Amino acid sequence: MSEVSLKDAPEEPGVNAVMSMVSKVPWGHIGMPAVLVIMVIVFGSINPNFYSLTNIANVSRQISPLALISIGQTFAILSAGIDLSVGSLLALVSVVCAQQMLTFGLAGGIVAGILAGCLAGLVNGLLIAKARVPAFIATLGMLVAARGAALTLSGGLPIAGLPHTFLVVGAGHLGPVPIPIAIVAGAVVVAHVVLSRTRFGRYVYAMGSNEEAAVLSGVNVARHKILVYVVSGLFAGIAGVVLTSRVISGQPTLGEVQELYSIAAVVIGGGKITGGVGGIGKTLMGVLVLGILGNGLNLIQVSSYVQNIVIGAIIIAAVYIDSARARRR
Amino acid sequence: MSRDQPFLEMRGIVKRFPGVLALNAVSLDVRPGEVHVLLGENGAGKSTLIKVLAGIYPPDSGEIRLDGRPVRVRNPHHAHVLGVSTIYQEFNLAPDLSVAENVFLGREPMLIRALGIVDRRTLVQQTRELLATLDLRVPPDAVVKTLGVAQQQMVEIAKALSLDSRLIVMDEPTAVLTSHEIDRLFETIRELKRRGVAIIYISHRLDEVKTVGDRATILRDGTRVGTVPVARTPSDELIRMMVGRDVKDRFPRSRVEPGEEALRVEHLTRNGVLHDISFHVRRGEILGIAGLVGSKRTETARVIFGADKRDGGRLLLHGTPVEIKTPAEAVRKRVALVPEDRKRHGILADMSVRENITLSALARFSRKGLLDIERERAHAREYASSLRIATPSLERRALHLSGGNQQKVVIAKWLSSRADVFLFDEPTRGIDVGAKVEVYHLMGDLVKRGAAIVMISSDLTEILGMSDRILVMREGHVCREFTRQEATEAQILDCAMRGATAYETGSNGVHA
Repeated sequence: MSEVSLKDAPEEPGVNAVMSMVSKVPWGHIGMPAVLVIMVIVFGSINPNFYSLTNIANVSRQISPLALISIGQTFAILSAGIDLSVGSLLALVSVVCAQQMLTFGLAGGIVAGILAGCLAGLVNGLLIAKARVPAFIATLGMLVAARGAALTLSGGLPIAGLPHTFLVVGAGHLGPVPIPIAIVAGAVVVAHVVLSRTRFGRYVYAMGSNEEAAVLSGVNVARHKILVYVVSGLFAGIAGVVLTSRVISGQPTLGEVQELYSIAAVVIGGGKITGGVGGIGKTLMGVLVLGILGNGLNLIQVSSYVQNIVIGAIIIAAVYIDSARARRR
Repeated sequence: MSRDQPFLEMRGIVKRFPGVLALNAVSLDVRPGEVHVLLGENGAGKSTLIKVLAGIYPPDSGEIRLDGRPVRVRNPHHAHVLGVSTIYQEFNLAPDLSVAENVFLGREPMLIRALGIVDRRTLVQQTRELLATLDLRVPPDAVVKTLGVAQQQMVEIAKALSLDSRLIVMDEPTAVLTSHEIDRLFETIRELKRRGVAIIYISHRLDEVKTVGDRATILRDGTRVGTVPVARTPSDELIRMMVGRDVKDRFPRSRVEPGEEALRVEHLTRNGVLHDISFHVRRGEILGIAGLVGSKRTETARVIFGADKRDGGRLLLHGTPVEIKTPAEAVRKRVALVPEDRKRHGILADMSVRENITLSALARFSRKGLLDIERERAHAREYASSLRIATPSLERRALHLSGGNQQKVVIAKWLSSRADVFLFDEPTRGIDVGAKVEVYHLMGDLVKRGAAIVMISSDLTEILGMSDRILVMREGHVCREFTRQEATEAQILDCAMRGATAYETGSNGVHA
């Protein structure tokens, strides 16, 4: 098998031809939606189950936590920052949510979980905007510390015994719509409006485009930067609660490497890693590509090891196409 | 080889950039052991000429000869091979490497060549010898970034010597040095002369030119005005040669009767940078600030605007003392800064023309927390058309606009913010002549509507053409103030360059 594929491997000029064809397509306008449609058609034709309602509901439920943290990540990356802590925050939120729920009941647990996310985000924001620690380092520290906090609070063990009514958040339905999907839909709309129609949103783009110029235009960059990380923490909080409900327990090991997938989602969607360019719609595309790819590859029985290779390649290809496009200008 | 035979001859060098004839048949010759000064205003062509010599720009025509042989300098490395080194204002040193490693960077003595293992002992030894012959007191194993600017400059000189350079170009070498360090540099230059090294020395400071220069070549608008022996040419004559052109009336400026005082700056001080700066500007008035590069005019504007910290002094707006600690506060108090470095500080390249124009006034387009994009668009459309910003669409990203149009976008932003005190820092740098005139028109309209303008500029014709009053700064001091009627280019330059004498005799001259 491997010999055959070696022989079939295209020669250098072939690769270049393909690459140049790929980079000539006007990806900016049709790119990601086209990729999504092609993926859906390909997976569906190999395994018709892909189109089944159960599967669609499944995919959307699976990707909802990633969608939520990717929304937060979009704010961070747009502002020329990054939030590496969101994966660990899922675990911290989960543990806090479960523990407080055992004491203060359903609502208390949910509120506490979301607050924990916001608070961690506030710490990130203060470190970055006030103490001037680079975002990469501040949130890397938080990644490690939040995981440690989750393990410390829980003693490393899952927290069980949560009320069954809590299952509704992760597994219930609102009419025909699974509740996690409704939450994601609401979050997408709110985040989109904030980014495109509020001063805060405009300032996020402004500081990502040119921070010094934003400061000299009278934008209070420090304050809005703090807010960016609070927002990211907020969405990690919501995602953490949804996840906790799905597994109906507090889990200190949740969310490992999810921060990297959220960054990948932003970038695959067409967000610029250095800030200033991107948006909720684009990020959502990135989330869908990642989610559908995972699900589709599962259905056509590609091993999860190989799946990772494919996903890795797609992240690089998305950015390559973007930079090739930028260079031609 | 005779010392009268020039080491370098440049003949009829022509260099054209889009829209500009940067060098118009310029000739220059430099003899071994000579310090040859290049004089000229900003934009006269000095940097272009030395960049042609250093192999950074290929000349469009003309000939370069070294030791009488015609050469084509292919790139900066090739220039080194030919014996020409250039020390720029921004040093080309690796800050984390040691002095010795920098001096021999890329040419390290090898212990085992095949393995790329450097002979550190020889490296340090050779560097020490080199430094000693120049009487340079710099330890060879010190890390470069721990050294002061003066010592870093010495490392650059040692590096040039280790390359067996026969011509060293120094671009404003004293701009960053203290007077004591300047004396040390001059000693080193005299030692280099004794060894027969030729030196091209670029400086704006006439007192220095008189101290170290042998001959001077004066450039103006890309043309060589003449070459004179420095010792026998009076300073006034040098200045006249540099300036020597008429101020044509390309400044559309209608004078208005100045109104009440808009901005007053009293004893503004920033430690080590600004020393006791005082001035005022009234409504309907343009105050020009002239001075050389490094005279701290940009820093003055930044401190007023709250972008940099102020250590002393106070600001008054419309007669009332105010505290401005951040640019956001300045904007709220209707102060605007049109920055010198448009790309870094003015334009948000990834954002649209509309978003750039409204950035400082977003509160006005916000209703119940939401931006009214339609109103924003209407506003941007109005300003884009009244400022004649050439763009196919308001949604075009600012990065695609020409420099002149970007500048107009920045001005539109401040008009939108309803500023009434404007700090313009080099408002026409890097934009073409047509756009320049439009910017002048805009400034004229602003003062007619009662705004006060502070205009920093290195273009003396612009200063003289636009200002009602002119402040001259040198090294963080105000050295003199002129009215438009009494000021001449020669007087301003004299004050900005001669420094010491100028600000002792100037109207404000109590500093130093």
